[in-house]
Amino acid sequence: MKMITAVIKPFKLDDVREAISEIGVQGITMTEVKGFGRQRGHTELYRGAEYVVDFLPKVKLEVAVDDSLVDRVIEAISKAASTGKIGDGKIFVAPIEQVVRIRTGETGTEAL
Amino acid sequence: MEIEQQVVELAYAMDTFYFLVAGALVMWMAAGFTMLEAGMVRTKSVAEIATKNIALYSIASIMYMLIGYNIMYSDGLSSIIPGLGFLISGDNAVADVMGSGGDIYYSDRADFFFQVVFVATAMSIVSGAVAERMKLWAFLAFAVVLTGFIYPIQGFWSWGGGILDQIGYLDYAGSGIVHFTGAAAALAGVLLLGARKGKYGKDGRINAIPGSSMPLATLGVLILWLGWFGFNGGSELKVSDIESANAVAAVFTNTNLAAAGGVVAALITTRLVFGKADLTMALNGAVAGLVSITAEPLMPSPFLAMIIGAIGGVIVVFSIVALDKLKIDDPVGAISAHGTAGIWGVMAVLLSNPDATFFGQIVGLLAIFVFVFVASLIVWAILKAVMGIRLNEEDEEMGADIAECGLEAYPEFTGKQ
Repeated sequence: MKMITAVIKPFKLDDVREAISEIGVQGITMTEVKGFGRQRGHTELYRGAEYVVDFLPKVKLEVAVDDSLVDRVIEAISKAASTGKIGDGKIFVAPIEQVVRIRTGETGTEAL
Repeated sequence: MEIEQQVVELAYAMDTFYFLVAGALVMWMAAGFTMLEAGMVRTKSVAEIATKNIALYSIASIMYMLIGYNIMYSDGLSSIIPGLGFLISGDNAVADVMGSGGDIYYSDRADFFFQVVFVATAMSIVSGAVAERMKLWAFLAFAVVLTGFIYPIQGFWSWGGGILDQIGYLDYAGSGIVHFTGAAAALAGVLLLGARKGKYGKDGRINAIPGSSMPLATLGVLILWLGWFGFNGGSELKVSDIESANAVAAVFTNTNLAAAGGVVAALITTRLVFGKADLTMALNGAVAGLVSITAEPLMPSPFLAMIIGAIGGVIVVFSIVALDKLKIDDPVGAISAHGTAGIWGVMAVLLSNPDATFFGQIVGLLAIFVFVFVASLIVWAILKAVMGIRLNEEDEEMGADIAECGLEAYPEFTGKQ
């Protein structure tokens, strides 16, 4: 089992949700976050003076999936979240040691 | 004979009524300035700027009643030194009005009311420029002097029949007398006060300090726009005959078009220079357009009025950027919108009024600037020495709201619970 964490542009949320639902992913956790990457935010002008927007709004998705789905989920997110422009976001994949469904006590892949 | 009398009475009543309604519209500009300034400062200074605005309006009303009106419309010791008097006298007697055959055509008290809201406008200009770092009570002390003495003295020079009136300085509703005066007083204050903390970096960087509420700032400008119909329209002083009624209609139309021209020109200028449509500049463009037409809203054609406003709208954008480069921190752009555009407005009289002279307009501007700037500088300096004019660093960081008023504008959003 893997935890796939994707930080994407907020306006791509619906597209990404749809794309990974189609593959058969059952659940997603979404958080509104702010952050910056290599661009270090961006600058805007207010009355002719520059100011830096340090942290840009992003959406963070967390998806726990079975190993067999990992590549397809990554591909689906990459495709749906892509605009080709700076700030499209990143995908992180990490192993999951254990999963428990609280209501039933099921564990492992059955709990996903 | 009786009908003739009734016509005189009706015309008197109508002109007085028109004057009062125009004055009430100008009073509403106090709301416009309050909202504009509230939107252009940070949330931590909003309640204090609102306090300053409602207090300065009240102080202006009182000081003008006590002494200012008498100075401005006195017989004068000379054409430069006005006379002194206190309180306001009684109104026109019926017999005098009838005897004048219509030459006395509005209530004296209505004239006072109309004038009092003008002096408040001049003082409102100062509050925006010194926002976020000036002590409340030092500001109010200055308001006493400006509205009681500085404004009325230079007002006497032109509207009171003094020296500037005699050399032919023309300023219909006060681009110079009201707006440029307010800006000159504000500039003197800002120079002694310094910039807000963090506005200018050590390496010469100019930092943006975005305002707290763009909708409020926009509402404020639209209120000013409405009030300006009273400001300029009322300055025709008469509406009860065909010629005057047409003149008032022309003034309304030109005032509106100048503001519209100012907005569009400022918007296009910011799009070209900065890449995006900076709303705050468009708002300054509206005010600059209005200030530009105020010195002569009657004579220009509607098309020329729009052009005069548009030039004001371009000027204000570059003026704001230039003042920033000079490290003159003016959070709302008041010095540019009322001062720089005010200069343009006074000179633009030459475009449409054949009675205006270059000499008269230039001397008028210089006289107003030198007197108001120097007098204000002295008053600010005395206040600085006696009570201090600037919040200490800690209070400024915390915000003028808590430091001066003990409350916050938006406690549920910004308060530390």
